[in-house]
Amino acid sequence: MHTSRAVGHKPGTTGHGSHTEPAWVRWLLISCAIAVISILVIIPVVNVFYQALANGFDTYRHQLLDDAETRHAIWLTLTVVPVAVVLNTIFGVAVAWAVTRFQFPGRTILIAFIDLPFAISPVVVGLMIMLMFGRLGIWGPTLEHWGIKIVFAYPGLVLATTFVTLPFVARELIPVMEALGADEETAAVSLGANGWQMFWRITLPNIRLGLLYGVILCNARAMGEFGAVRVVSGGISGETDTMPLRVEKLFQEYELPESFAVASVLTLLALVTLIAKTLLEHQTQQQLARADDEQAET
Amino acid sequence: MFISERRKFIFGALVSAGLIAVGTQWGCAPAAPTANGVGGTAARQGKTVELLNVSYDPTRELWTDLNAAFSEQYQKDAGVTVKIKPSHGSSGTQAQSILNGNAADVATLSIWSDTEQLHKGGLLKDGWEDRLPNRSLPYTSTVVMVVRKGNPKGIKEWADLVEKDGVEIVTPNPKTSGNGKLSLLAAWGSVILGGGSEEDATKFITKLYQRVPKLDTGARGATTTFSQKGVGDVHLTMESEAYLEVEEAKGQLEIVYPSISILHEPHVAVVDQVVDKKGTRDVAEAYLKSLYTPAGQEIIAKHHFRPTDPEILAKHKSDFQEIKLFALTEVVKGGWAEAQTKFFADQALFDQIVKPSNKTGK
Repeated sequence: MHTSRAVGHKPGTTGHGSHTEPAWVRWLLISCAIAVISILVIIPVVNVFYQALANGFDTYRHQLLDDAETRHAIWLTLTVVPVAVVLNTIFGVAVAWAVTRFQFPGRTILIAFIDLPFAISPVVVGLMIMLMFGRLGIWGPTLEHWGIKIVFAYPGLVLATTFVTLPFVARELIPVMEALGADEETAAVSLGANGWQMFWRITLPNIRLGLLYGVILCNARAMGEFGAVRVVSGGISGETDTMPLRVEKLFQEYELPESFAVASVLTLLALVTLIAKTLLEHQTQQQLARADDEQAET
Repeated sequence: MFISERRKFIFGALVSAGLIAVGTQWGCAPAAPTANGVGGTAARQGKTVELLNVSYDPTRELWTDLNAAFSEQYQKDAGVTVKIKPSHGSSGTQAQSILNGNAADVATLSIWSDTEQLHKGGLLKDGWEDRLPNRSLPYTSTVVMVVRKGNPKGIKEWADLVEKDGVEIVTPNPKTSGNGKLSLLAAWGSVILGGGSEEDATKFITKLYQRVPKLDTGARGATTTFSQKGVGDVHLTMESEAYLEVEEAKGQLEIVYPSISILHEPHVAVVDQVVDKKGTRDVAEAYLKSLYTPAGQEIIAKHHFRPTDPEILAKHKSDFQEIKLFALTEVVKGGWAEAQTKFFADQALFDQIVKPSNKTGK
């Protein structure tokens, strides 16, 4: 979402309003913000790491790596998430292309439907998948006949994760592609480029930062997905437990230190995502500034 | 130009790698369950058989030990490596998951009516209950009380829960938790078998649930509320859970046995439809039969479940305080089916007593 705003405005033109409010109002607002962020975000996050590392790094490592079921949960998350992200990247690019480059009946409805997974509770998403692909679901008998397992297996986990994170890439790309317009692409085609050449040489370089941004957000959300995945996983330890499910299970098994250890890894991944996102925003701004300079010179 | 070419290449490579990953994963995953599908014991010599045991919440530690013991024994006896995967959750949810296609070779659920759901859904053959010894009950349990150190509120009996001043009770929601259902029925039965009428019993459980500050959805959630968050004066829970909770609390909690409580009967069953399809019937049956062996019964006793083998039970007499245990049918004639409609269905007794303002049930 930030990218689209950054594309729309030159850096430096937003923010920094004149300080007309009295000092005490400013300080009150600032301290309120800091207090809320500390209580709700910073302290709990630090506490997760504190609890996880309370018994030293060696114990922490053992807690993460000695338990085969925990190892499997980490591995499962690392294999489910990339697939969901790739699927959503392909879908996101395709759908953003469709709605920004073509006018067709139902275009507005399509855009509205992209957002639907944001609005539906993940638990409901899980149930929806169950009602489609479960034994008693619409496709149940067919799938059983062919011996294909969707729910309570890897494909179900991918499906649930993909559904929940569907909007991220598309939502990032639509405003970017709208702002860019089709001029450069039209020029490429008129100079004899075929579809692939146009996509790889013109479109992709133009949208790559927005795309990367969407992928990062999608990835972060996919790793943390709990509700939908929980419904379709069947909770089979060492088979369909992803990291967030493992955290819950360990917690319920009174294995608090182990639970915090896995939770800390998830949090760590979230922090990495945050850093990547910030770096990317920084780069986008610099690039825009450079582009503006070049424009000013010519 | 060079840079953008290279980037293009990297992006393309990443996308193709991703696509290959998708292809292989989607291709392989469905194949996995059918891999064990063929062949009897003889054909499996030296191979690995996977069993899925879908069970209820407070049995994780028990099954971890039982599974290890069975795998070792079966390897010795039949030369087949058995890997047992566990799935735990609240009993009703687990039954739903099996009905929806979670391919459980054995179902070891908490409540008879949940297992019966599988029978109704065509997954278990008729007469499933009589196929294993002792009505398919390798172990039983009961509901006891856990109180704070020194029992400051002086709780000894069911009546004390509503008569003693300011007692706060922790118990999970009977609508979602088997443990919660049993607690309610134990309280109900204590009144009925003490000579009270159904009206007295209704009044009793109404007062009891008015003293429950928060109904957790599952048994483990209630345990956390009581032992870790420090909410409440008494926690109604299964005997096996009570021991775990007290051990975990390192002297801060103790168990109180009321003079009478309910007999919990968690049935075990081989899921016919699944094992016939996977070809795992022999292993699954051997697995459940192993629970009745002296070794299996010893493990059960170690985890504070009551062994059904009288000899092993007698051996551990000191661990299982003798109290009067009543079967559900002694207080609810129609058993679990009636208990469900009478107490736990929508707008049934439980809904009426927790929502006194709701008049539709009257």
